[in-house]
Amino acid sequence: MARAITPRKKLMWTVLAWGLGLLIFFPILWTFLTSFKSEATAISDPPVWFFFDWTTENYQAVLERSNYPLALSNSIAIAVGSTLLGIVIAVPAAWAMAFVPGDRTKDVLLWMLSTKMLPAVGVLYPLVLLAKWLGLMDSRLLLIVILMLINLPIIVWMLYTYFREIPGEILEAARMDGASLKDEILYVLTPMAVPGIASTILLNIILAWNEAFWTILLTTVDAAPLTKFIASFSAPEGLFYAKLSAASIMAIAPILIMGWFSQKQLVRGLTFGAVK
Amino acid sequence: MTLKSALLAASALVGVAATGALAETTITVATVNNGDMIRMQGLMDDFNAKHPDITVEWVTLEENVLRQNVTTDISTGGGAYDILTIGTYEVPIWGANGWLVSLDEGMSDDWNADDLLPAIAGGLTIDDKLYAAPFYGESSMVMYRTDLMEAAGMEMPKAPTWEFIREAAAAMTDRDAGINGICARGKAGWGENMAFLTAMSNSFGAKWFDEDWNAQFDSEAWANTLDFYLGMMEESGPNGAANNGFNENLTLFQQGKCGMWIDATVAASFVTGDDSTVADKVGFALAPDNGLGKRGNWLWAWSLAIPASSDNQDAAKTFISWATSQGYAELVASKEGWANVPPGTRTSLYENEKYLEAAPFAQMTLDSILAADPQNPTVDPVPYTGVQFVAIPEFSGIATQVGQQFSAALAGQQTAEEALANAQELTTEEMEAAGY
Repeated sequence: MARAITPRKKLMWTVLAWGLGLLIFFPILWTFLTSFKSEATAISDPPVWFFFDWTTENYQAVLERSNYPLALSNSIAIAVGSTLLGIVIAVPAAWAMAFVPGDRTKDVLLWMLSTKMLPAVGVLYPLVLLAKWLGLMDSRLLLIVILMLINLPIIVWMLYTYFREIPGEILEAARMDGASLKDEILYVLTPMAVPGIASTILLNIILAWNEAFWTILLTTVDAAPLTKFIASFSAPEGLFYAKLSAASIMAIAPILIMGWFSQKQLVRGLTFGAVK
Repeated sequence: MTLKSALLAASALVGVAATGALAETTITVATVNNGDMIRMQGLMDDFNAKHPDITVEWVTLEENVLRQNVTTDISTGGGAYDILTIGTYEVPIWGANGWLVSLDEGMSDDWNADDLLPAIAGGLTIDDKLYAAPFYGESSMVMYRTDLMEAAGMEMPKAPTWEFIREAAAAMTDRDAGINGICARGKAGWGENMAFLTAMSNSFGAKWFDEDWNAQFDSEAWANTLDFYLGMMEESGPNGAANNGFNENLTLFQQGKCGMWIDATVAASFVTGDDSTVADKVGFALAPDNGLGKRGNWLWAWSLAIPASSDNQDAAKTFISWATSQGYAELVASKEGWANVPPGTRTSLYENEKYLEAAPFAQMTLDSILAADPQNPTVDPVPYTGVQFVAIPEFSGIATQVGQQFSAALAGQQTAEEALANAQELTTEEMEAAGY
């Protein structure tokens, strides 16, 4: 018998959920508020909440000092490009692991994940030298490939857990009807896995968007994305909090809006499969 | 197409091609995000008008991110940047490695190298070759509240001792009113608390290494330095001082919560600026000493240098000649006033009456810079150069770890003895591993 939920309990959970939600949202709210303050108000103690002279001068200064459209277009190209390239490679890999597993499939999966434990700085010099040799420094292509490689284990893992939910019999039935391997993946498996693929894409775009080690170190001007744009507004000596906040809001706004519109898929993606 | 229109089209094409030829050199400048550098980016019209054949691209980054970026680039010969903004710590190391281009030749005729302040130029010179042109120089000094000093019944000498500073700090402290007698760096980092403490230790007769590169944290002089620092901060420092760097202390001072603050001379323009609530009550004095012949002030310059991997070294020299010239100082003065001219690099600036009038802290800045000697930073002879740092590649890593030990001592997580013993052990280990 299902336990009855008393109104009191319901209220408690609601308050708790809202409290947690606000706590998590607070840094973004504070950054948003700070971005409309003057530098002096931004550091005032006690802090000023809502009643100050709202100004857009920080946004003007940020736009004047840097090339936001270029950084934005680079971020979009790198995040979307690396994710789509990753999907193209990961779908066949995940198909093989989910439907025709070998003796070592589990080991391969774990090994792939273990590459995420490698400190990035350990491969910095080999990668820089390789990129220089290929003439790819400061290019979008380089970052698309590198971020794809970094996120590939996660993409494969996510797709693998989605594919495991799909009954193998359906694919067998398709094969009985004479579908080739290509047809089976493209016309049977993929349409059934669309929600899973969509949430994988969304999550990996966010991961690639936020990646701040390689994107800062391997770019100069032409391919510099929003991570490098933000890094230009901080300083150890001087007041910068308001401008840095404005730059941060401009950098996270696109991904925040995307996340807002795709909440359902994201939540599904995060709670699906292995951790369900 | 008639002959006339054909000719017109051809001449237009030639015009486009000629413009293309003029603007064919693009140089990329990597720089830190500080007020002077941002101001320069706003004054680029002057350079562009004088040198239409050179296009300048800017990459502005936070100091530590910049250091990571340019170190990767220069050590791999990446060639991504044509001009680097680097500090006094990097210049001797990179110059000796052959990573930088000497600026002794190829600078414009009116770029006067003899006019550079000797203390600053000395730190950028290796084997009589200048490897970077200083854009902005700083030392450290005491900034104090004249009203609080008066209320405490004391008078700040031009060149105070550490004992006086400690006494005055205790007298000014009024924790109920939120006033801390002394604010100083406590946040861990080689450019944070270790800049302050290394400079301070020089005036206590301490040193990082003896002449055989043995770590010296087990010396009495270091024990005296750290005991004094911790004692003074406990008596008169702000709460949570172990988290305070330049910006945190600046905020405290501007809001009237510090009696004294010992930090970079560049802070003078901030504490007397519009954002400060105590702008008209600030006095300046030299960094303190202990009568041993060395003061506790540091020496730093942000300089422009050309990596050997740059393909556009001539254009880069043209730009550096413009950016670090006397003419640039005049340009800034004409657009934004003399007080905004980048300080601390040229003798001529400190002979300029208009500058001395506009910047009340100018003389103290100059005196502080001249009081530092990077070639002989300590009381006893040492095998290294650098006032608040040791100009060896291993230093930044070691000093950041030592800084964590001292910061933990300030936070009360360990005693001064433990911090020094740990510092001695880790420094010895790292130096042995590095082959000293």
